[in-house]
Amino acid sequence: MIHLENVEKVYRTEAGEVRALDGVSLDVQAGEFIAIMGSSGSGKSTMMNIIGLLDDPTAGTYTLDGADVSKLDDDTRSKLRGRLFGFVFQSYNLVPRMTAVEQVELPLLYQRGTNRRAMALEALDRVGLADRASHQPNQLSGGQQQRVAIARSLVVHPNVILADEPTGALDTRTSEEVMGIFGNLAREQRITVVVVTHESNIADFTNRTVRMRDGLIISDERRLQVIPSSASSPDASIPVSEVGS
Amino acid sequence: MSILDSIRTALRAIAANRLRSGLTALGLVIGVASVIVLIAVGQGAQQGVQERIRGLGSDLIFVKPAAQTDRSTGARGAQGGGITLTAADADAITEAKIPGVVGIAPQLSFNAQAIAQSQNLGVTIIGTTPSYADVRDARVAQGAFIGADDIDRRSLTIVLGSAVAASLFPDGDAIGQQVRIALGPQGFNFRVLGVMEPRGGTGEQDNYAFIPVSSLSARFQFLRNPRGDISVNQINIRTAPGAKQEPIETAITDVLAQRHQVVTPDFTVQSQNDLVGAAAEVSRTLSILLGSIAGISLIVGGIGTMNIMLVSVTERTREIGIRRAVGARGTDVMRQFVTEAIVLSLVGGLIGTGIGVGVAMGIDGRDISGTAMQTAIQTWSIVLAFGVALLVGLISGSYPAFRAARLDPILALRSE
Ligand SMILES: Nc1ncnc2c1ncn2[C@@H]1O[C@H](COP(=O)(O)OP(=O)(O)O)[C@@H](O)[C@H]1O
Ligand SMILES: [Mg+2]
Repeated sequence: MIHLENVEKVYRTEAGEVRALDGVSLDVQAGEFIAIMGSSGSGKSTMMNIIGLLDDPTAGTYTLDGADVSKLDDDTRSKLRGRLFGFVFQSYNLVPRMTAVEQVELPLLYQRGTNRRAMALEALDRVGLADRASHQPNQLSGGQQQRVAIARSLVVHPNVILADEPTGALDTRTSEEVMGIFGNLAREQRITVVVVTHESNIADFTNRTVRMRDGLIISDERRLQVIPSSASSPDASIPVSEVGS
Repeated sequence: MSILDSIRTALRAIAANRLRSGLTALGLVIGVASVIVLIAVGQGAQQGVQERIRGLGSDLIFVKPAAQTDRSTGARGAQGGGITLTAADADAITEAKIPGVVGIAPQLSFNAQAIAQSQNLGVTIIGTTPSYADVRDARVAQGAFIGADDIDRRSLTIVLGSAVAASLFPDGDAIGQQVRIALGPQGFNFRVLGVMEPRGGTGEQDNYAFIPVSSLSARFQFLRNPRGDISVNQINIRTAPGAKQEPIETAITDVLAQRHQVVTPDFTVQSQNDLVGAAAEVSRTLSILLGSIAGISLIVGGIGTMNIMLVSVTERTREIGIRRAVGARGTDVMRQFVTEAIVLSLVGGLIGTGIGVGVAMGIDGRDISGTAMQTAIQTWSIVLAFGVALLVGLISGSYPAFRAARLDPILALRSE
C-alpha cells in the first residue's frame, strides 16, 4: 500500500545542498512490522516524514493505496495524515499541562465524529493506561508517556503507525513493552508499523529490517516469523492491554 | 474543528498559563477601563456646563460689555470687564419695541461681604430692576422682590437668595431685618425685603442678593459713572417662548451700535443657545482629547497583547508541530490562535468594563483636588471600547496566528 519509487529529498542550505534521500524505492504491505536502521544522518527520519505526509519529496513518486500523493497541497496532506497515519516520537511529544485523555483526543479534534472521550479512553485502555487518563505528562514515567503517545497514534484507527526511535529514551524492559504493543497492533489489527531504531534487539521484534546509508537503502531483509529476542517478550496470546504497567 | 472546540481549546490554553494570559489581557483591561472612565469624565463635565447654562433660564439673550483693549499695553481685559453699558441702554432697547422681546432687566453684579447679626458671608450682589424676577424666572418665597418705588427712591432694600437667607438668618424670619453689605472701606445697611425660592442646580444663584440698581451707583462711589449714568455689566433680555433669537440679537445690536456711536462694538450680544453651543464646543474638545488618550492606551494595550501572543506562539512551537502531525491544517492552527486572542480580549474587555464602570461610578460626586467630579457613563463608550478591544485583539492575534500557521511541522516538532 505504501510505494516509494526513486524518491529524492534535497535540502538547500547556506552550506550547500544536502541529499537526505538519494533515490529511495520501497514497498510496504498492510500489517507489516518494519524496522528502519542506519547510522545518524542516513535519511531515516526524512523518509518517515515523507511517508507520513509531513513532507513532500523533491523528486520521485510516492503512491499510497494506488493514489499518487507526491504533490498534494498542504491541507489535503494534513487531512490524509490525520486519518491514515499515527506518529510516535523519541521525545514523546506530548503537550505540556494536558491530561493523558486530552492528549489522546487531540487527533479526533481535527476529524468529524463524536464520542471523542470514549474513543480516547478505549485507546488508553489498549495501551494499559486507563487508570492514568487524568494524569499530565509530568506525572507519568517515560514509558507511560510513550504509551500515551502510542494511544494518541492509534485512536484514529490509522493504517500506518510511524515511530521514529520510539525506544530511544526508554530502558530495555520498557522498550520491549512498547515493541510488544506495536507487534500486537500489526498482528491483530493489521496496522502497518514502521519503527526507526539503532538497536538490533529492538529490530528483532519486527518481521522486516530496512537498512539505510547516505540517503540510500542498502539492504532489506524479511523474516517470516517474529523471533523474540528475550523470554520477557510478549506473546501473541497476551492482550495488549495487559502488557507492562 | 468546530467553533465550540476552538473556543474550548482556547479556554484550556488560557487556563493552562494564567500568568501569561493575565499579562496578555492586562493591556486591554487598562485600555477599556480608561476609555470608559475618561469618556465618562468628559461627558460629565459637558453635562455639568450645560446644566449650569440651562440653569440661567431659557429664552434669554445677554448683552455684556466687550472685552476692552488697553491702548497703551495692548492687553486685553476679560469679557465684561470694562463697564460700557448703562441702565439707559436697557431703556433704549425697551423703547425700540423689538418684536419678540418680552422683558428687559439690566444688572450690575459684584462680590461683597454680607453681614447680619453674628453671621458674615461672601455673596454676589446683583443690582437690578423689578423686571429681573420675570426675565430670569426668579420667584420670591417670602416678602417681595424689588419694586418700582425702590428704584425711584434708591432705597436701601435687599432681597436675599435662599442660601444667603439661610446662612445669615438660620432661624428664618429674615424679612425686615438689617443686612450690612460691605465692599472695601464702604458699607451700608440694607433692609431685607424678601427671600427667593431656591433655584437648585449648582446653587450659584442661591448665593445672590438683589439690590435696586439705582441705589448701588448712588451709594457706592466706585460704581458711579463719570457722566452720572447708572453703569451695568449685563442686560438680560427675555424673548417670547420659541421666538427666533437671531433677528432679535441683530436688532439689539443695531440699537446699541447707534447709541454708542462706535466702529467696533464695545458690547457683545449672546443668546443662551450661543453660550450652550460655545460651552459644548469646549467640552467636546475636552472629550475628544480624553478619548484620544484613552484610545492610545487601548492601542498600546493591543501591542502588548500582540507581543505576548508572539511569545506564546514561540513557546508553543512544539505543540503546533504536534497538532499538525495529528492532522491539524495550517488554518486550524491559525484559528486556534485567533480564537485565543479573541477570547482573551473578550475577557479583558469584560474585566476592563467592570473596572471602568466601577471607577467612573466611584469618582462621581467625589471632590478631587477641589473640583467636584461629575461623570456620565456612556453606553456607547462601553460598546466602543469593547468593540475596539475585540478588534485590537483580533488584529494583534492575527499576525502571531499567521506565523504559527506557516510553521513547518517537521521543524516545529523538533524545536525545543
Ligand atoms: N530541514 C533540513 N534542512 C537541511 N538539512 C536537513 C534537514 N533535515 C534533515 N537534513 C539533513 O538530511 C540528512 C538526513 O537527515 P535525517 O533524515 O534526519 O537522518 P536520520 O534520521 O537518519 O538521522 C542529514 O544530513 C540532515 O542533516
Ligand atoms: Mg532521525
